[in-house]
This record gives sequence, structure tokens and C-alpha cells, in this order.
Amino acid sequence: MPLLILRRLGSAVLTIVLASLLVFLAIQALPGDVVQQILGRDATPEAVARMRSELGLDTPVFLRYVQWLFGALQGDFGTSLVSGEPVGPNLLLHFRNTLLIAVPTVIISVTLSIVLGVVAGLRRGKWADHSISLISLLAMSIPEFMVAALLVLAFAVGIPMFPAVVLDGPQASLAQLLPSIWLPVIVLSLAMAAYIIRMTRTSTIDVMTSEFITTAELKGLRRARVVMRHALPTALLPTLNVVAINIAWMLGGVVVVENIFNYPGMGNLMLEAVFNRDLPVIEAIAVVSAAIYVACNLLADLTAMALDPRQRFRPRARRGAGAQPGPKASPAISTVERSQP
Amino acid sequence: MKATLRGAGPAFTIGIVLILGNVLLALLAPWISPYDPVASDSAAALQGPSGAHWLGTDMYGRDILSRTLNGGRYALQVTFLATTIAVAAGALLGCLVAYLGGWFDDVVMRVVDAILSVPTILALLVVVSVLGSGMWVIVLAVVVVYTPAVIRVVRGAARSVKSLDYVTAAKARGERAGPIVVREILPNVSDVVLVEYAMRASWVVLLISTLSFLGFGANPPAPDWGLMVAENRTALTVVPWATLGPVAALASFVIGLHLTSDGLGKRLGVDRAMTGVK
Repeated sequence: MPLLILRRLGSAVLTIVLASLLVFLAIQALPGDVVQQILGRDATPEAVARMRSELGLDTPVFLRYVQWLFGALQGDFGTSLVSGEPVGPNLLLHFRNTLLIAVPTVIISVTLSIVLGVVAGLRRGKWADHSISLISLLAMSIPEFMVAALLVLAFAVGIPMFPAVVLDGPQASLAQLLPSIWLPVIVLSLAMAAYIIRMTRTSTIDVMTSEFITTAELKGLRRARVVMRHALPTALLPTLNVVAINIAWMLGGVVVVENIFNYPGMGNLMLEAVFNRDLPVIEAIAVVSAAIYVACNLLADLTAMALDPRQRFRPRARRGAGAQPGPKASPAISTVERSQP
Repeated sequence: MKATLRGAGPAFTIGIVLILGNVLLALLAPWISPYDPVASDSAAALQGPSGAHWLGTDMYGRDILSRTLNGGRYALQVTFLATTIAVAAGALLGCLVAYLGGWFDDVVMRVVDAILSVPTILALLVVVSVLGSGMWVIVLAVVVVYTPAVIRVVRGAARSVKSLDYVTAAKARGERAGPIVVREILPNVSDVVLVEYAMRASWVVLLISTLSFLGFGANPPAPDWGLMVAENRTALTVVPWATLGPVAALASFVIGLHLTSDGLGKRLGVDRAMTGVK
């Protein structure tokens, strides 16, 4: 068991390092010379050469990666090509602002979707199920940018409850930003909840038709007790991983939402960096996001292990299979496997 | 075909109708749209719906109906290409990885995990920021981002197939890995692959539209759903259809894909709702 946790930790670290290498290579190896871009087309070859050595671009790619990695481990992500300032502190500031949206989003969407998903699962085929399923289908199908536009129209233009765009810069205090987080939070929560609802509904239905629930019912337990004590803990277990995956998705979703509301978070920083081809900033954001994704999945796995004794042992068959080989999607796969005749 | 799809339910039929309707309208758009989608007419700017312009006109006086009809062409084209390549590559690799196992499996899955750990939009933006936003670059970027997810799903399904008797029999006949993967394993995970395709396409089309919305996909003045929303959302109260039209089209297509994949999943016994890999 401790060995298994250690292995998971090891593979998480390996995944982050590999992701950072891939991002680094993608940015460094693909065509498009940074120096040429900074200096413009008319730059003399000497100037280009000088700048290349100034930026350390004349050392081999792999060496540069190792240097960058060691820097990154100490929080030094290099300097922005556009502003000339260190990437780290600026990224941290934007990350803090994104967290201000992300944390309420996770809390709201997880609570909402577990309640609705379980209700839909328990009342399968009834109108409550149909309406919840229909709403989540709509929430999955209407792009976030449209939901955001409609909410702005309703709650910023129609009834001016919230600001339509954020005017504060990244340095604004959390209290200053607080009024403007709610519309972004609602948009992200809706999109995220849709998937978790579906997941929770399916797993609730799965559990409610399983034998141990029938046993509990035949023992004459009250319905509430059967659901709360017997069904829920089992039903919510697979939901954990979907929540973890959705948190990772949200890191992408914030790009759109922050763009619309002009919110000074990591997503807007990313877009700005992409427009300016500010590679060190792009790299840093991609790696930080990968680290968060892996950390969320690790956390979900460890929680699952703590709650479900079956997950503490590796399956006999071979590495992988039903238990948790890498950052997630395995519950999905094991389900697909189960549903194979 | 008909027999396999019977029992998929009315939702499935609605889904198919929505998909085909959108594809058909996009294909016929150049012939059925009443106006040139990029022709501006400043005299007729920002008009409400009328007999001449059924959905009104945008700020440049362009006909919104014509733009909406043509607006799916880019997104649907990219979605079709990217999804087909990603699912084909992912299905083949997924089966191969499951069949070969061992260190090959370990190495590929490590890389898959690493790619999956970078959020989709960020990974896409990284590629676009380096290579520009041509159509094939976007297709390539979506393939890079989504193939790993398909590999994961198909590998999971293929693992349970590879130990079945007919695979062992093929191995005993001395067949090589290639033919075994293509002829024995792949056909037996085709249900998973089919559901995966519908599901994946729904995410791809939303992703492409989001990219256009952010300014990294279709270029103005081209008619495109995502771009139209970006251009017209500030005028939502003045010409609502300029935003609602393209979104309704996009959403109906995505709903169609969801209903279809749900129906297929139910019919074929593949429960895709359990998977959250976007």
C-alpha cells in the first residue's frame, strides 16, 4: 500500500516532467525564430547572432531544457520576451486571480451536480430525471461564450447587479475583484456541472440496481438510510475522477471566460502571450496547468484509495487494467471494459 | 445497418436528423443562401428581421441568414477532418498498444498522460502560437490534442478483447501484430470507436468555434459561427439573431451528436457517460 502510493507519486512527477519536456520541445523545435521576430526582418546577421547568444539560444535544446527545468523548480521561469520582466511573479499574480474564480466554481458545481445527479439517478425515467438530463444536455451543447453573453445581458445590462467587464488590473486586491467573479463563476459552474451530473446519474443508477442495495432494501431499511449510507459512498467514488478531470478542463475554460469578462487571470495572460508569441510565458502557464492537472488526479486517486479498499491493491493480471495506472480516465475505461459482453 | 440501429430510441433519430440537417445546410449553403455572406451593404446595417432579410443584418449590413448558413462550413469541415484522423489514429494505436503491451505500452501511455495533462485549449493555443492558424494547422493541433484521449479509451476496450480465443488463434496461426490488430481486435472494439467518434466530434466542433471566437480560427470577414458571436455579441440587444442564429445552429449540431452517441451507446452497450475525458 505505501509502495503503491509511492509509485503513483513517482508516476505523477514523471508525467509533469514529460509534459514540460513536450511543451518545451514543441515551442523550441517548431519553426518560427524568436530572435528574428524580436529584431524584425531587417536585422543584420551579426545582431541576430548576438541576441541568440544573449538569450542562450545557441546552446543545444536539451541543455536549455535542463537549465530551464532547474530554474522552474526554483520558481524561475525566465523573463518575458515582451515586458522583459521575470515570468514567475507575474504568473503567480494572475494565478491567484484565477484561483478566486476556480475555487467557488468547484465548490458550487460539485455540490449542485452531485445533488442533481443523485436525484436524477434515483428518479430515473420520471420527469425530474428528464428535466435534469435535458438541462445538462443543453449546458453541454451551448458554448460558454454564449452563456456568458446571455448572462451579461441579463445581470449586467438588464438588471445591473454585476459588472460586465473587469476594469481592475492584475494587481487589484481580492476584495476589489470579488464583485466581478460571480458571472464567470456561474458560466464555468454550468459547463462543469453538466458533465458531473451525467456521471453521478449513471453511477447512481448502477449502484441502485446492484445486489447489495437490494439486500439493504430487503432488510427493511428506510429508503433514506439505504441511499445515504449504502448507495451514496459507492456511487460518488467514480465521480471523484470526473471532478478531477473537470478541474483540469476548467483551466482551459477560464481562457474563454476571462477573455469575455476581461478578468486579469491566467487565461487572459495566456491569450496575451499567444498573441505576442511570448514563449517563456506560454511555457510556464502550460507547465503549471499540467502540474495542477496531475495533482488533482493524484488527489482523486489517493482519496479513492482511502475510501475504497479494493483500490489499494494492484490487480493480479497485469499493470494497469482496472486499477489506476496513470492520471485518469481509468474509471471510464473499466466501465467500458465491464460493458463489453 | 437498420437492424443494428433499431432500439436506439427516438432521441437517437432526433440526433441523426439534427446532424444530417446541419451537414446538408452547410453543404448546400452556397446555393440556398439568399445573399453573398461577405457582401456588406452599409445602407442596410443593423436591420431587424424582414421579408428581405429573414434574420436581419449585422453592423456591416451583411445578411445574417446567409452568414449563419455558411458559418458552419469551416467548423464542420475542420471537425470532420480532425475527428476522423484523431479517432482513426487513436483507435489503431490504442489497439496496438493493448495488443503489444509491455514496455511499448508503458512508453506510449506515459506520453499520452503527459499530453492529456496540458488542458486542451492551452495545448491548442501553444500549437497555433507557433505555427499560425491555417486550417491544416488547426486540424493537426486538434489531432495532437485528442488522439491521446482516444488511445486511452480504445486501449481500455481492446485489453479485454486481446485475450479472447480468436486472437489467440490468430497468434497461433503465426499472424503478425499488424494484421491481428486490424482484422481481429479493431472490428471488435468498433462499437466503442463509433460512440467515441460521435462524442469526440461534439467536443471538437465546440473547440473549433471557441478558437474562432477567441480570434485564432477562421479569419474575418469569413462567415463562421464562433466568429459571428465574437463580432455581434455586444449588439445582442440590437440584432439578437446575429448571435443567436449561429449559436442555435452550433448547439443543435452538438445536441445531435450527444443524442446520437447516447443512442449508439445504449444500443451497443457502451456507456460513454462514464468517461469524462474531454
